[in-house]
Amino acid sequence: MDTDVKRRILLKGSLSASALGVAVATGLLTPGRLLAAWPDKAFAAKALPDMLQALFGDGNTEEGGDINIKAPDIAENGAVVPVTISTGIAGAESISVIAINNPAPLVASYNLGDGTEGFVSTRIKMGKSGDVVAVVKAGGKLYSAKKEVKVTIGGCGG
Amino acid sequence: MASNSIKIRAKLQNDVTTVKALMTHPMETGSRKDSDGKMIPAHFIQEVTCESGGKTLLTAYWSGGVSKNPYLSFKFRGGSVGDKLKLAWVDNKGESASEEAEIS
Repeated sequence: MDTDVKRRILLKGSLSASALGVAVATGLLTPGRLLAAWPDKAFAAKALPDMLQALFGDGNTEEGGDINIKAPDIAENGAVVPVTISTGIAGAESISVIAINNPAPLVASYNLGDGTEGFVSTRIKMGKSGDVVAVVKAGGKLYSAKKEVKVTIGGCGG
Repeated sequence: MASNSIKIRAKLQNDVTTVKALMTHPMETGSRKDSDGKMIPAHFIQEVTCESGGKTLLTAYWSGGVSKNPYLSFKFRGGSVGDKLKLAWVDNKGESASEEAEIS
């Protein structure tokens, strides 16, 4: 029977992403359940403190610290803005990238494993000029830094 | 999804492995309109994980604010040449893809 095969696939698979992918494809798991860890409240938040509260249970950040944001001063194409965040803060466990003037400001949040360096690089969209904010969590504290990026052509279309 | 939708490279240099990955994905925010003025539904990668030897190196949570055909790079310590890395993503429609690479 078809359903038996599906069940066997699910039972066989460990909880790796590919096994979950199979489970989703066969309709055994809904995406909502699968992505329970995806912080929807933080991604929906407009204001930085609300977002950080949803992400970390703490809306307060300390400005400064050893955080370096590498992004262009002027981005000609807001659809593709290369942003690299690096931090020397010891024990950094999470890095978040926020484009403060975007309709959905939280762009990405990274959880770093043991041994993973305080470094992430991604290309992001920016609707208009504004600050790119990096928030680093280390030792139960949040540190933030920002850099202004001027956008010539917005990247969110319309 | 086709498994060739991810390109991943990992290079070890001075104890630090640099991972670079490119994924093929439209990354639609859900707030764009097509040429007929109809809303294009949201379709973006929500979660990317990279693991090696049963250890999770990085978990990324993304919104539609990450550019189309996303690029991701990160660095970690403790890798050796020949170690296998696996990168996988899941999007908001429940589609997924994964790819393996060896550290060189």
